[in-house]
Amino acid sequence: MDRLLDIENLWVRFPTRQGVFDAVRCVSFTLGRERLGIVGESGSGKSMTGRAILRLIRPPGIVEADHINLDGVDLLQKSEKDMRAVRGQRISMVMQDPKFSLNPVMTIGDQIIEAYRLHSKASKSDAYAKSLEMLEAVSIRNPERVMRAYPHEMSGGMGQRIMIAMMLIPNPEILIADEPTSALDVSVQRQVLDIMDKLVKERGMGLIFISHDLNLVADFCDRVLIMYAGRIVEVCDADKLHEAQHPYTQGLLNSLPRLDAPRDRLDVLTRDPAWSEAPSVSGRL
Amino acid sequence: MSMLKIDGLDVWFGRDRDRVDAVIGAAFEVAEGESFGLVGESGSGKSTILRALMGLAPTWSGNMAVGGAQITKKRPKSFYKQVQMVFQDPYASLHPRHSVDAVLGETLHLHGFTDIDARVVKLLDDVGLGQKFRFRYPHQLSGGQRQRVAIARALAPEPQLLLLDEPTSALDVSVQAEILNLLADLRAEHKLTYLMVSHDLSVVGHMCDRLAVMKNGEIVELMDVAALRAMKATHPYAQHLLQASI
Repeated sequence: MDRLLDIENLWVRFPTRQGVFDAVRCVSFTLGRERLGIVGESGSGKSMTGRAILRLIRPPGIVEADHINLDGVDLLQKSEKDMRAVRGQRISMVMQDPKFSLNPVMTIGDQIIEAYRLHSKASKSDAYAKSLEMLEAVSIRNPERVMRAYPHEMSGGMGQRIMIAMMLIPNPEILIADEPTSALDVSVQRQVLDIMDKLVKERGMGLIFISHDLNLVADFCDRVLIMYAGRIVEVCDADKLHEAQHPYTQGLLNSLPRLDAPRDRLDVLTRDPAWSEAPSVSGRL
Repeated sequence: MSMLKIDGLDVWFGRDRDRVDAVIGAAFEVAEGESFGLVGESGSGKSTILRALMGLAPTWSGNMAVGGAQITKKRPKSFYKQVQMVFQDPYASLHPRHSVDAVLGETLHLHGFTDIDARVVKLLDDVGLGQKFRFRYPHQLSGGQRQRVAIARALAPEPQLLLLDEPTSALDVSVQAEILNLLADLRAEHKLTYLMVSHDLSVVGHMCDRLAVMKNGEIVELMDVAALRAMKATHPYAQHLLQASI
């Protein structure tokens, strides 16, 4: 399997008044043309991992790694100017909440066209046609109207699909989706996932899917990294997630209410300090 | 005896051309001590029912009765002693510059309690926070702890009916389990009646005895949890929702 992305020994640190806080500790993994899920609670460093790949962590935050290779080229060695050619064009990121990632005072059409024209030398009319086509690809009805609309006129699900459309126009090799569906309903969630699934299959994209929803990840991804307190505690195939070995993963699974197995009380996760002490498991293939 | 009875409830926003009918002819009944769930996609009007009940959505018509007493446009003070609400986002529902003590103390004061000090201590114990959280500010608390404070605030006037608007959707799964356990314990301890809104069917299946499925402002199906578990929904939308959530 070809490796799109190869990360080894990634650390993200933030100096604070109480000393240096390690948000991500010694994380290594590879990404092929697959759907890789990263799960964990809030504060486990999963979003920080995604941001570190794009070098979006600003000082005083420190990113260190042996290498973050994109097709054999280390992203950490690139200049800020070269990184700009990577962001959006080769690696895109969909953020959690469409409300905060769309510009509220620009029409959706203008935003998509701007994003497209930044990366290619297309004419305005070409960009418009391409934007319409992308909106249709993410199954938005009546795309002409949506192009003229402002973000506040859109529902959460539509906003998220617009974000995905915007991120996919430059045809990136890797899409990092940071909790793309947690602001959405179950029925809309399914649609958004189907769209991403189709794109991974048709375009051969690599997808990093960051989520706190274990069942969703087990259902949707090929491989799962489970993160706790900044480190990877377990790596497993998504369809074998329910046979996971690590007590943290088991605890997370047991804390979910289930329709088919009713219980009076839900299990509460008891945390073992040893989990955060132990070294990271490598997710490299 | 029914704790809450809603009949022919319409709620709308805007007027004339811009009128949106958020709830159309909702009717259901919640018995005392029962836990009732409202599920549906966003925009289906489930939160609007709670808001209309609390007086946060003033344009409504129909009949709503709590504990046998009809709700009028102007709610008496005793109403808020009887009914309290917990909101979805614990990050937004607490005043950022009021300490936990101030939040709970003010609520108790407004409801005319005099032994505020002892009650604040008891409320914090009830929600499993304890004394050391009393003088903290919301930014010093985690999401789960904030939701516990919000629940303590709702419990302060000793209500009988608690309206829960997606109480765990902003929380992690492990914290969700803690809050759901806490709510179950409190219900048993204080003999509370719950009306719970959620888009997560498994949470509703865990917490509630009966539920209503809503779509586009209308209640399309009323069923009990046994039917939910057996996947026996009759309305096509309810079936679709069940399928999607597995």
